[in-house]
Amino acid sequence: MITAERKPLEELIEYVRPYKRILLVGCNECVTVCAAGGRKEVGLLASGLHMALLKSGSAIEIREHTLERQCDPEYVDELVSMIDGVDAIMSMACGCGVQELARRFKGKPVFPAVNTKFMGASERQGVWAERCQGCGDCLLGKTGGVCPIARCAKQLMNGPCGGSTGGHCEIGEDVDCAWALIWERLKELGQEERFVEIMPAKDWRPGGGSGPRKIIREDLAE
Amino acid sequence: MKTESRLEKVLAAGHLAVTSECGPPRGAMPDKVREKGRHLLGIVDAVNVTDNQTAMVRMSSLAASVILKQEGLNPLFQMVTRDRNRLAMQADILGAYSLGIDTMLCLSGDHTKFGDHPMAMNVHDIDSIQLIQMVKAMRDESKFQGGAEIKGAPKMFIGAAANPFADPFELRVLRLAKKIAAGADFIQTQCIFNVDKFEKWMEGVCARGLHKKCYILAGVTPIKSVGAARYMKTKVPGMDVPQEIVDRMASVPKEKQPEEGVAICVETMERLKKVEGVAGFHIMAIDWEEKVKEIVERAGLLPRPQV
Repeated sequence: MITAERKPLEELIEYVRPYKRILLVGCNECVTVCAAGGRKEVGLLASGLHMALLKSGSAIEIREHTLERQCDPEYVDELVSMIDGVDAIMSMACGCGVQELARRFKGKPVFPAVNTKFMGASERQGVWAERCQGCGDCLLGKTGGVCPIARCAKQLMNGPCGGSTGGHCEIGEDVDCAWALIWERLKELGQEERFVEIMPAKDWRPGGGSGPRKIIREDLAE
Repeated sequence: MKTESRLEKVLAAGHLAVTSECGPPRGAMPDKVREKGRHLLGIVDAVNVTDNQTAMVRMSSLAASVILKQEGLNPLFQMVTRDRNRLAMQADILGAYSLGIDTMLCLSGDHTKFGDHPMAMNVHDIDSIQLIQMVKAMRDESKFQGGAEIKGAPKMFIGAAANPFADPFELRVLRLAKKIAAGADFIQTQCIFNVDKFEKWMEGVCARGLHKKCYILAGVTPIKSVGAARYMKTKVPGMDVPQEIVDRMASVPKEKQPEEGVAICVETMERLKKVEGVAGFHIMAIDWEEKVKEIVERAGLLPRPQV
């Protein structure tokens, strides 16, 4: 999923301070799962903004709504009936959702309430970690199902650097060495010979090196 | 011979090679480079010129290499994959060779987290092994990494680093094998303080015949003080300083510690000379270039051979 973290309240207050009436929009997908921008967080942020602004002597009307999927125009249409009289929109979705709202509602300023972080997985309750950088040419089949692009701090494709210590990365004890994980997996699978093969320099074009990416499925596109 | 590199000639002639290191200054101070170089002139076969070492901005490795070349030294141009993409690296390799630099070391580089620009992007377009492949293809096939032909191929003697002390230990020989398969002509190792562990690694290296495919220069460092020993033991990732070295440094008074550090270094070199597969030494006297002459002399490696 795409992970995100709520921005500090102080930053959000400055965004909305000039406005009388805002629409605060959550998303029921990834940001709900990582507890950053779902229905619950929309409610919490709305009261946080209310209270903070009241304290500073101003008032704001906040309309709250959480869409099934904010990156999908079909769902974003739901907001049309709520948009009248709104001065600005604040989105609690990832950057994709924010941009979809900005595209749909041309006359309204749209502000992000979260910082979109990475594509990751849940490691345990309340902990998410990066797993994929969307390089567009997946090599997990060669690396025992552990990605060196997303999980090695130097994106090394041919083994651990000289800073790998006791299974962790040189940048910190809380970061696993991706190559230590890869090696363990390859051993479990009896695929140690995969390590010996040199992975050539990567073609970054599918990974964004050739500019903003797009998928066009002829069989589905209208 | 693959190149005109003096280091290659020394190694090919069967001499124990000696290299040392010069970290360029953190400012436009060419005289600092010359001063460091003067301590090493005639003492070593090549001088590594570090490339933004520890991820701190310094004078470029290329510029400092050229200054050392002008002073009569043989620069060993270090290049890390952290700071530039394959276009910039190939451009610098062509530039370096055009300015008379024929020996280089391919590294991935310390993470920016450790330097003075932790906010900078780590590039890592290619990794150190892919850099070796790229330099080899430039030299042997006159090909750019992108496939186009090079007119005027840079004939670099290609070095790489190996750290026998990092984990997982069982990958350390295999990773060396990959670097050699990629095209490394010589290897400089991480500083060796734990000679037992180095010997164990070299057994694995020799068992695979890797010492016959590539020259291995054993890395050594004279320790200046017990504080430095402790720092390297606990704070530097991938460094293995046994407690007995720390204790030995601590056992002498502060003013005698530099001398003790040099003695340990020379003793280590004597022991390493007996290890099968060791083709020379890389002396990393960090900001202590003036001590290199004494170390090389006491290790019986002066004068340097004429090749």
